Amino acid sequence: MSFSAIYDIGGSAMRAQVMRLDTVASNLANADTAASSDAEAYRATKPVFSALYTQDFDNKSMSAQVQTLGVVKSDRTVEQRFEPNNPIANADGMVFYSNVNPVAEMADMMSASRAFQTSVEVMNRVSSMQQSLLKLGQ
Amino acid sequence: MEFFNKALGVHPFSLQLRLDRAEIISGNLANVDTPGFKARDLDYQSILQNIESDLTSSYGASMNASDVREELKYRMPFQPSADGNTAELSVEQANFAANSMDFQTSLTFLNMKINGLHKAIKGE
Repeated sequence: MSFSAIYDIGGSAMRAQVMRLDTVASNLANADTAASSDAEAYRATKPVFSALYTQDFDNKSMSAQVQTLGVVKSDRTVEQRFEPNNPIANADGMVFYSNVNPVAEMADMMSASRAFQTSVEVMNRVSSMQQSLLKLGQ
Repeated sequence: MEFFNKALGVHPFSLQLRLDRAEIISGNLANVDTPGFKARDLDYQSILQNIESDLTSSYGASMNASDVREELKYRMPFQPSADGNTAELSVEQANFAANSMDFQTSLTFLNMKINGLHKAIKGE
């Protein structure tokens, strides 16, 4: 019900989006990582967001923050390639590459940085609202 | 101090309402990527209708926090998304910008009222 609540909401959104950018960076970095078995192959990770309603004394909520419930791994099938000369190839000469979809990751990255920017602008705007309120009556 | 409550009119009330609305819309903006999140908003007009009788009374407009939350309504999305989220980034951004302009407007009215009272007190 006040300015500080808005800063809390903006902060929670920025934290969540940074977490998302974190997973995108990790996925893109490991897009070409190879492994010698299906279980060891790198799988794309993704955070799960959920709304966190701030409860007041009478159990009614006004504002909604974001929280990250956890990180899930993508269940897309990993890519197998026949590379007998690869030092980590298994007995059949197969190598297991990650299941990262670079195009989806790039789109995710744009969405996350856009949402982060929005939070920064919300906080800037709220700060100028607060500053002009302080000058009331002058 | 009741005199001053009335002298300032509806503006202190609408200033608080705009702050509450900024909080709600920033919550919508924070959750644009949350699956299943339903965006909410306040309807300024219907709230003002509820307090219309208060405005003419001697105490000025008043409405407490729980009354405002009774007025929270869900937003109808222009284009429903597959994950059930009804917060649309551009819509919420526009609403937030308009709301902060409204906040500035209320503040300006309040300043004008206070300046007017200053003049009246000093007898200029």
